[in-house]
Amino acid sequence: MKLVSFGALRRKNVIGLNYRNIELIGRYNPRSHYPLVDNKLMTKSLAAEWGVPVTELYATIERQSQLRQLHEILEPYKSFVIKPDHGSGGKGIIVVTHREEDVFIKASGEALSLPDLRKHISNILSGLYSLGGRYDTAIIEKVVAFDPMFADYSFEGVPDVRIIVYRGYPVMAMMRCPTRESDGKANLHQGAVGVGIDLKTGKALSAVIHNRPVTHHPDTHHDFAHLMVPEWGRLLTMASACYEMTGLGYLGADLVFDKNEGALLLELNARPGLAIQIANGKGLRRRLDTVDAQKHARSAKERVLFSMYEME
Amino acid sequence: MISSRLQIFIIAMLLAMSGLFVVWYKVVFLGVPLTPHDKRSVFTVTAEIDLEGEGGPSSVSLRVPTEHKGMKILEREGEAGDFGMTTSTLESGSFLQWSKRKFEGRTKLFYKVTVTPEALYNPKVRSDMGWETQTGYDVTQFWEASEQAAAEGILNDAWEHSADAASLAAQLIAMFNAKMPSDAVKELLAKKNETTVTLITALLAREKIPFRKVRGVLLEDGQKKRRASTLLEVQGENENALFSFKAGRISLPKQFFVWYRGNGPMMTSKGIAKARLRFSVSESKVAASMLSKREALRQGSDFLNFSLDTLPSSQQNAFKKLLLLPIGALVVVIFRILIGVRTMGTFMPVLIALAFIQTTLVSGLLMFFAILSSGLIVRSYLSRLQLLLVARISAVIIVVISIMSVMSIVSFKLGIDEVLKITFFPMIILSWTIERMSILWEEAGGKEAMIQGGGSLIVAIAAFFAMDNSFIRHLTFTFPELLLIVLSLVILIGRYTGYRLSELIRFAPLAER
Repeated sequence: MKLVSFGALRRKNVIGLNYRNIELIGRYNPRSHYPLVDNKLMTKSLAAEWGVPVTELYATIERQSQLRQLHEILEPYKSFVIKPDHGSGGKGIIVVTHREEDVFIKASGEALSLPDLRKHISNILSGLYSLGGRYDTAIIEKVVAFDPMFADYSFEGVPDVRIIVYRGYPVMAMMRCPTRESDGKANLHQGAVGVGIDLKTGKALSAVIHNRPVTHHPDTHHDFAHLMVPEWGRLLTMASACYEMTGLGYLGADLVFDKNEGALLLELNARPGLAIQIANGKGLRRRLDTVDAQKHARSAKERVLFSMYEME
Repeated sequence: MISSRLQIFIIAMLLAMSGLFVVWYKVVFLGVPLTPHDKRSVFTVTAEIDLEGEGGPSSVSLRVPTEHKGMKILEREGEAGDFGMTTSTLESGSFLQWSKRKFEGRTKLFYKVTVTPEALYNPKVRSDMGWETQTGYDVTQFWEASEQAAAEGILNDAWEHSADAASLAAQLIAMFNAKMPSDAVKELLAKKNETTVTLITALLAREKIPFRKVRGVLLEDGQKKRRASTLLEVQGENENALFSFKAGRISLPKQFFVWYRGNGPMMTSKGIAKARLRFSVSESKVAASMLSKREALRQGSDFLNFSLDTLPSSQQNAFKKLLLLPIGALVVVIFRILIGVRTMGTFMPVLIALAFIQTTLVSGLLMFFAILSSGLIVRSYLSRLQLLLVARISAVIIVVISIMSVMSIVSFKLGIDEVLKITFFPMIILSWTIERMSILWEEAGGKEAMIQGGGSLIVAIAAFFAMDNSFIRHLTFTFPELLLIVLSLVILIGRYTGYRLSELIRFAPLAER
């Protein structure tokens, strides 16, 4: 266990949780706008309005009584994702990649029965996964079709790209690659790889697992040095547009690549974490200050260009 | 527009200052003790009157002391024996009178005053009980001619060597205490029934200098049957000068308890053959908190009248616990914001700490682990039954409470009393903890549940030590205004944007590269 001094972190422009909570979330994220991102259904419809592509919605389940028709609801779909409307941190998400009759196979290969799904949805409805334990709605949506271009950097899951947008300017980005340890989930806490992405090029900068630097994916053994996110400019523009969409000044946009549809907005986060700094090997502070120094209003496209070419 | 950071700082400072000010005021002016074991000296001054009766109606009247600066009178008590006892307040002062129709033989009467020196105590002294401005009664006019001549000589000498009333008195005292006194002084001292005190006062009266005698006792433990000490106070133009009849000009000794300022007698009697007044002093140490409480209740300082000590004792006990909560909250704030320990819920640790206070720490911890682990086992089984969340958690609580009841009964039969201390309150908190822990377990997995559960426990133990500390208990209850300081601390920490201690580890890989 290593310990560094306050000064060392400050020199690296690292920001801590207290700074994030007070100076970023407290100052720029009005509480009244939270539902726009905490409620995934609202995010979806809002994104549709603003022309930001999202995953297709199959169905919503709001009442326990609807569970009796679960069989009928799921009938048309070979694969789907079940997630809580107000979930956070990837909690309560089940990805069914294919099914044989009433046996549902998860991404990990684990088989679930219809009663298993019923129980899971019932838990979602009674608020087990929602922030604050409120009654919740379950969302059933299309599974993101895995884009094989990331096959080298992912184990049994879909990697996603997290872009931090500060007052409309993309300030830092990382790709989260699932591993065996993370059970196919793009969640850094559970052992996914965090890969810092260069804002200008979309190329990988450095990678960490559990805050420790790595060079290769632990399961596929591919070198992250060759990783490059395609359509980088478009991704940044999508993320940047979320600023006007939600009115949140400190925002995390999670994007995924679908084989058929290209980049999709997966979800937004009003309290994005700080692990992205470790993945990038760089603190956020200097970039935030650069954005604060911008005096005139810019459109999403102009902001992206600024972030790509003028940031540091 | 002041920046919000500055506003916060100003508010926090104002809160802290007002809190500190009230504490300072209470400690310095009201004598509220800062520590629970602070002891103060309390002196019991007993005036003892030996009487020998003549067989007829008798009465004795004793002048009783009034309060004065720096000396607080806590209690007064007279002992009557078979005498009747009354008090009277006259223009010349307050008196206690003992009287009896037929009094023979000997007896003793007592009057006790309990006093404590308190440097800043300043009572309102009734002005009419104060200064006697008229000059003393001139007794020298009845003296023999030679003695009058000697007195005149002494006074002339003193007059020449002095500038005003005070220096004249000083000069007289010096002349009477000289190693080789003049013949005139020797002649006066040879007079029957006269002492330095009576002679000097007689001379001052002859010279028409306003003065009064200050009589009292020195507060020293173990003084027995002493006469009252007499000091002399002479009125000057601007200030009064105090003299010892032996040592000249002095200032009032700190431990000197003034019984009476004035030239009247301390005690008068009628129908009594012999009366003798003596004083004894005994000292005792009393917990200062007791003293100020007693005082507050008896005398009613407006400020302390609003203290929590005036509540009925059951409410007091509730408040004692309630006032500890902010301390626990402060500990949580410090651990979460400054150190970065993750806890279940925000104030769950404080509640767990409160439960520990009721059960004591070690048995509380044992119970906590025993019940928590059995509760989690039950939960994991219940989760297989596909119950709805609310029903499942309710079931866990019911099972946990049954476990506790069984544990209590079994341990009682085994003769272990500790378990019985888990009463209503800790039981609710434990059940709730299990609920939170189970939810966390399902939401974030066992590892996160352990991290947050362990964090909560660490914070709870820290909060327990803070809240169980007798000094802190005393402070929070005696000085509720300290809450203002706690509040200002919490507000200040709430604006802390620096790194948490845990982030020094978390971001360590970042700083190295």
